[in-house]
Amino acid sequence: MSYRIKGNTGDWEVVIGLEVHAQVISNSKLFSGAATAFGAEPNYQVSLVDAAMPGMLPVLNKEVVAQGVRTGLGLRAKINMKSVFERKNYFYADLPQGYQISQFLEPIVGEGVLTLDLDGGETRDVGIERMHLEQDAGKSIHDQHPTQSYIDLNRSGVALMEIVSRPDLRSPEEAGAYLRKLRSILRYLGTCDGNMDEGSMRADVNVSVRKPGEELGTRTETKNVNSIRFVQQSIEFEAKRQIKVIEDGGKIVQETRLFDPSTGTTRSMRSKEEAHDYRYFPDPDLLPLVLDPAWVEEIKKTIPELPDEKKARFIKDFGLSAYDAGILVTDRDRAAFYEAVAEGRDAKLAANWVMGDYFGALNKSGLSLENSPVSAKQLGGLIGLISDDTISGRIAKEVFEAMWESGKDADVIVEEKGLKQITDTSAIEAAIDEIIANNPGQVEGYKGGNERLIGWFVGQTMKATGGKANPGMVNELLKKKLAE
Amino acid sequence: MSVDKNTVAKIAKLARIRVDEAQQEALSGELNQILGWVEQLSELDTTGVEPMTSVVEMTQPLREDVVNDGHYVDRVTKNAPDSAHGFYAVPKVVE
Repeated sequence: MSYRIKGNTGDWEVVIGLEVHAQVISNSKLFSGAATAFGAEPNYQVSLVDAAMPGMLPVLNKEVVAQGVRTGLGLRAKINMKSVFERKNYFYADLPQGYQISQFLEPIVGEGVLTLDLDGGETRDVGIERMHLEQDAGKSIHDQHPTQSYIDLNRSGVALMEIVSRPDLRSPEEAGAYLRKLRSILRYLGTCDGNMDEGSMRADVNVSVRKPGEELGTRTETKNVNSIRFVQQSIEFEAKRQIKVIEDGGKIVQETRLFDPSTGTTRSMRSKEEAHDYRYFPDPDLLPLVLDPAWVEEIKKTIPELPDEKKARFIKDFGLSAYDAGILVTDRDRAAFYEAVAEGRDAKLAANWVMGDYFGALNKSGLSLENSPVSAKQLGGLIGLISDDTISGRIAKEVFEAMWESGKDADVIVEEKGLKQITDTSAIEAAIDEIIANNPGQVEGYKGGNERLIGWFVGQTMKATGGKANPGMVNELLKKKLAE
Repeated sequence: MSVDKNTVAKIAKLARIRVDEAQQEALSGELNQILGWVEQLSELDTTGVEPMTSVVEMTQPLREDVVNDGHYVDRVTKNAPDSAHGFYAVPKVVE
C-alpha cells in the first residue's frame, strides 16, 4: 500500500530524504570549555573561542567525539578512523567566525541503516548516508527592537551531529517513523536528548516528486523544521506544490525553502541562494582526527541494548506481538519498567496493563515514571493477583485506581475493601438459585432456546456478588443449574 | 585554470570585500599569475600520496569535557559596536 498523491495527470510518488541536526549531549562545547545548558542568560555561556576573537584556537572535545562514535555504532554504521574538520564559509550575524567548522569530504561516520517501525508491526530499512560533527551557530532575535536584531551566542559552538538519510523515505508517515526511531536510538545511546521543542533536534527536509518508476525529480530543501508534525506537513505541502508546478507546465527549481508553522506552507528563501558557495577547505587550526581502534572497541562495549534488539527479545522471550513490543521499547525507561513488571508474571497480561491502564494513568495525570504513585513492583503485584484468581480483571481496574490514589499495594487494597474474588461454590450457587427463583420468565426463555440470555444471567450474578464472583465459575455453574 | 573579471567580482562578493569595477581587470591578472605559479605543482605525479595537512607529525589533541570557560558577558560584548541586555545588537537581519 504505497503512498501516492493524485494529480491531474495521474498518481505521483514522493521521495524524501532527511538531514537531522541533533545536539550532542556534552557538558562543554565542541571546541571550547563554555557550557551547553539550555536556557542561560544571553551570552553567558560564551568563551572567546565561541565569539571568534582573533587568535583564539579550537580544541576538540573528547567526549563529543565519543558521542559521535556511539551514534555511528547505534546506526550500525561504518566508523571512519580518520576524519577531517573543514570550514564552511558564509556570512551571517549569528556566525561570528564567518565560517562553520564542519566535516565535509571525510566525516566521522559513514554508511549505516535505520529500521522503521511501521503500522501493524511491519518494518523497513532506510539507508543512512553519513553522519558528521559540526558547530551550531548563535541565535538571532528579531522581535525585540524595531531596527536591530539581537544576537545570543550561547549556542554558538555547541556540538551538533548531522545525520543524513538516503532518499529512501516515501511518505510523511515514513518520515515521522524515521524521526521517532532516530530519536529513540539517540536517547537510548544518551547522545542527544531529542527535545525538538528546545531545538535539540531539527530537520532539513529534502522532497521531490516523480511518476512511479521514473527517474528522481529535482528536489527542494526545507530548512530547520522543528517538530515531527511540521516535517510531515511540510512534505505534504511541498509535494503538492511541486506536482502543481509540473502539471501546469513549469519546472522545479532546486532551492532552499522555509516552513511556516502558522500556515503549514513553505516559501522560497531566495537570499540563501547566492550564499550557497561555501568554499569548504580543511581547517588549518585543526589536525585530522584519528581514532584509536582500541578506544572505539572500548566505546562499543558500553553501547546498551538498542530498540531493535530489545524488540526482538521481547517478541521471543515474552511472546509479545511485534506491534506491542515496538511500542514498549520506544523509550528505554519505559521498556525497563515493563520488564520489571513482567518479571515472573504473565508477560502478555503485564504488557496490556503497562501500555493500557498504566501509561494511560500516567498521561492523564501528567506524571512521569520517576514520580508515579505506583511502582513496577506494585503493578506486578496486582497482575499476580489476577493471574492466581484472587481478583477478576474487572475488579483489578478498581484496585488499580485505588492504588493510584493511595500508593498502597494491591493485596492491601483487596483486603481492606473485601474485593477478594468469590471462589466458594456454595456462595455463588446461592446467588444463582435466588436469581433463577425470581426470574421464571428469563429461565423459560433460555430453556426455550434463547441461549444468549446466559449473558443476562452472568450479569445478574456478578451484580449480586458485587462483581467479586469468579466469572469462569459463574458461567459454569449457571449452565449447570439452568440445564436442571 | 583562469580567473576572469566576473569570477573576481563573485569572489569579492562572497568574501564581502569591495572591489571597484576598475580594479577587477588588474586583480584577475594578478590572481591568474598566482594560480599559474601554484599550478606548477601539478607537474609532479602525486598518485597514491596522502595530502599533507600539517608539517607537524601529530594527530588531533583532545580535551576533557569540562566546563572551564565562559560566564563573562561583559568581556564577550566589550568590543561590539553595540549591545543591549547582554545581546549583541546588529542592524536588523531578518528572512
